[in-house]
Amino acid sequence: MMAQILEQLRPELLTLGSALFVILADLIQVRGNRKWIGWFSAAAAVAILIVTAGRWQGLERPVPLWGGVMVLDRLGLIFKAIFLLGVAIAAAGSVDFASQRFRHIGEYYGLLFFSALGMMLMASAGDLLTLYLGLELATLSLYVLTAYAKISPRSGEAGLKYLILGATASAVYLYGASLVYGTVGTTLFSAVDTHISINGISAGFAVGGLFVLAAFAFKIAAVPFHMWAPDVYQGAPTPVTGFLSTASKAAGFAAIIRVLLGPMLDAASGWQVFIIALSGMSMIVGNLLALPQRDIKRMLAYSGVAQAGYALVGVAAASRLGALGATFFLFQYLFTNLGAFLVVTIVGSSVGDDRISSYNGLSRRNPGLSLAMLVLLLSLGGIPPLSGFWGKLFLFWAGVQSGLYGLVFIGVLASVLSLYYYLMVARAMYIEPAAGRPVVRLQLSAVIAVVVCVLMVVGLAYPGPILELAHKAAAAFL
Amino acid sequence: MSIPHPLTIILVAPLLAALIVMILPRRNLLAIRMVSAAAASIGLVLSAWLCYTYLHEHRGGLQFADRASWVVGPGISYYVAADGVSLSLVLLTGLVIFCGVFASWTVVHRTKEFYCLLLLLVTGVFGVFVSQDLFFFFLFYEMAVLPMYLLIGIWGTGPKEYSAIKLTLYLLVGSAFMLVGMLGMYFAAQLPLGQPRTFDLTVLSKAGYAHTFQVVAFFLLYLGFGILAGIWPLHTWSPDGHASAPTAVSMLHAGVLMKLGAYGVLRVGIGCLPEGAQAWVWLVGAIAVINIVYGSYVAMGQRDLKYVIAYSSVSHMGVVMLGLAALNEVALNGAVLQMFSHGIMTGLFFALVGLVYERSHTRDIEAMGGLARQMPGIAVAFTIGGLASFGLPGTSGFVAELLVFLGTFRAHAGSYLIGGIPLFPILAVGAVIAIVVTATYVLRVLQRVFHGPIDESKYGRLTDARTTEWVTLVLLGGLLVLIGVYPSPLTTLIGSSLGQFLRP
Repeated sequence: MMAQILEQLRPELLTLGSALFVILADLIQVRGNRKWIGWFSAAAAVAILIVTAGRWQGLERPVPLWGGVMVLDRLGLIFKAIFLLGVAIAAAGSVDFASQRFRHIGEYYGLLFFSALGMMLMASAGDLLTLYLGLELATLSLYVLTAYAKISPRSGEAGLKYLILGATASAVYLYGASLVYGTVGTTLFSAVDTHISINGISAGFAVGGLFVLAAFAFKIAAVPFHMWAPDVYQGAPTPVTGFLSTASKAAGFAAIIRVLLGPMLDAASGWQVFIIALSGMSMIVGNLLALPQRDIKRMLAYSGVAQAGYALVGVAAASRLGALGATFFLFQYLFTNLGAFLVVTIVGSSVGDDRISSYNGLSRRNPGLSLAMLVLLLSLGGIPPLSGFWGKLFLFWAGVQSGLYGLVFIGVLASVLSLYYYLMVARAMYIEPAAGRPVVRLQLSAVIAVVVCVLMVVGLAYPGPILELAHKAAAAFL
Repeated sequence: MSIPHPLTIILVAPLLAALIVMILPRRNLLAIRMVSAAAASIGLVLSAWLCYTYLHEHRGGLQFADRASWVVGPGISYYVAADGVSLSLVLLTGLVIFCGVFASWTVVHRTKEFYCLLLLLVTGVFGVFVSQDLFFFFLFYEMAVLPMYLLIGIWGTGPKEYSAIKLTLYLLVGSAFMLVGMLGMYFAAQLPLGQPRTFDLTVLSKAGYAHTFQVVAFFLLYLGFGILAGIWPLHTWSPDGHASAPTAVSMLHAGVLMKLGAYGVLRVGIGCLPEGAQAWVWLVGAIAVINIVYGSYVAMGQRDLKYVIAYSSVSHMGVVMLGLAALNEVALNGAVLQMFSHGIMTGLFFALVGLVYERSHTRDIEAMGGLARQMPGIAVAFTIGGLASFGLPGTSGFVAELLVFLGTFRAHAGSYLIGGIPLFPILAVGAVIAIVVTATYVLRVLQRVFHGPIDESKYGRLTDARTTEWVTLVLLGGLLVLIGVYPSPLTTLIGSSLGQFLRP
């Protein structure tokens, strides 16, 4: 029995093992070139990804563990793939960056793995407490990673802010979960499902559910729970920001999809209005606040708020197509946004700051790099045939299918608005003169990671295969 | 003789050329230009051949189809095919880009990127005209719009960054309306039982739609496409954009891109939502006449030569939209012919303005004068374009405008203004009167720029068109006259495919 469970949890165990291994390796090898730890982490993440993908066939129907405390299914697998790819790309992308800036390299990669482990727990949680464990493991690691650039006061400030606000969100979650437990008498999703279908929803349960929802909204940085994002994104070491803005956001969505489209699906009429409000506000406020930004990391932070709003359209649709759309969107968003942050890493390491004006004339200095950035930005803006376009298309599609015309309308208009600030970066790169700025020094590791991201963003112009996987996963879940 | 996959070749040639240009060394200007010219030639020759074949062998229906499934579940497929209407516009695009490549021969600043973007843009334009899948239609539309931002922003003149972002945002707002309308059409189509949902335009145009849906969706599409077609009051991006853009981009933009909007209204709006179109003809017609009158009056007040041409485009696109609103065979034929004729004419105008500006370094009409003595070829070509612009018999403009106005007089006998006055004859009268204004501003420009006393100190040493520049003058100027004298091949080509838009 135990052996079987261990067999099922092999990806999680391997992630844990990798985390411990890189920390130990760093302790043992004190001197010398430790860049290999970064490359090893990336390779390990890819290897775990392959192991994870191998589970696909065996999970035609969901497998509950320990009476449903964890549920292994295909939807969870796709999200785990997103987290592992995030670790792989972020680790590869920060090999040079980390070896220049950080003394404790092993812990840096170790924390990335721990964070991913937490997210994997979230993605297959079948119980409010498992979900909480995953949430805490993921965010605690991220607090440390955010503050990892110890010499930078901004980084420390960002870490502290994230810690205080994140802890508040956790407290809100626990309070909500306790209310749910108090009214329903269980924290198991499957049992909550049965309870609702028999007894309906009581006031206490609704309040508790809202609190839980608020905690997730914090995690994905949806308006009005987005205040932390710009400061934390700006202060954190840039590869960490990239990981935080993609994998961590995906983890929040994994939890939302699991809860709202799982046990709470029958009560959709109750929560739909809140998700619609979150989604609409995020798209409008996020895009408007991104317009005046001068710092590219802050701009991408607000753009990330808006992107969370798009993905929420899929949740609000409360349908199979919506779950599929959100999953596909988050999958492609990983490459698009993480790739953009890695370009920011490269430019920021060489130039020394992250102002948008630092990109002036980049196309004259580094044509390849600016072309990559242009592709990634256009994908963020949802320009066909790049991956970001398909992501939004399926979301809006789900929205229209569920009759959310107003929300979809806000979404498409907000996308147009967003192109303004993405094009402002394009303007800096292509139209502004270089004015004697030096050529940006490329970091091999980050360049490789960016190339992978760009290839994925362009390759997903043919979205068929991934879409089919997402479709199967959503079909099995709903 | 037959060529396999002709439409795909037309699409892939410029795309491939763009990729080749991208890897060519920056300094090898000749190779960059030759590759671009080769791609443009392929497009021109192939589109001319397709028009000829269609006219002689098919005469009706969608031909030269290529189809490949793209995303299975939602029913998206790469599906290109063309009928007479598409082919005439494909030919127009082929002509304008062919001339545009030669008109850009003098671009030396970042030549590589320039041609890359220009070819990408052209791929998008060709794509829109031949896509029979709504989804790819949208994809190519965006592909045609976005390179414009950089093309104007980098190589433009005057307030180029302002014009570039204004143009881009206007057109993207338009595409947002289109996208919502399209998604709505996808879900609202009443398909036969058991048929999976699809973006296939031929299926969607045969599917029924509820009346209310048609009315709402047509309005969305009209707004979305109309912005690109330059409908008043959403036209303000176009004069700024055209005036700031480099020569070849102005040519393509006014010559071809604005037609994408009108084509979209025809193909998607009128083709799929006939009842919706009927419900809005009064609005489309009225706004079209405002375009015609307003555009020509504003053109009269401009000092900048490019702004004159740009506002005349706004006015001429009004004629196209009026023909679409009239919705009968004569007017539709006129509307598509006007798209073709105006495309050639504006392409010629912008090329000439580019040549004049390159030599005199000014576009101020008041500052010039007597240039005909130095540049007789350019002056003759400009005169031909000007005559076509106000529809002198013997030029293509005459045929097109005559057809539109004839059709409009007879259109929609049932719709009244107030108190029993029929609406469309009134619109036609208004539009015809505006033609007089057009004649005024065209003749004024001709007189001020090319005739009268010349400032010998400034303009005494200007030269006429040279080598490659003659290509545009002869080809486009000649076509304006040729179509004016012998329009029947083109009207037959267009007329062969109008039946689908004329359902009772």
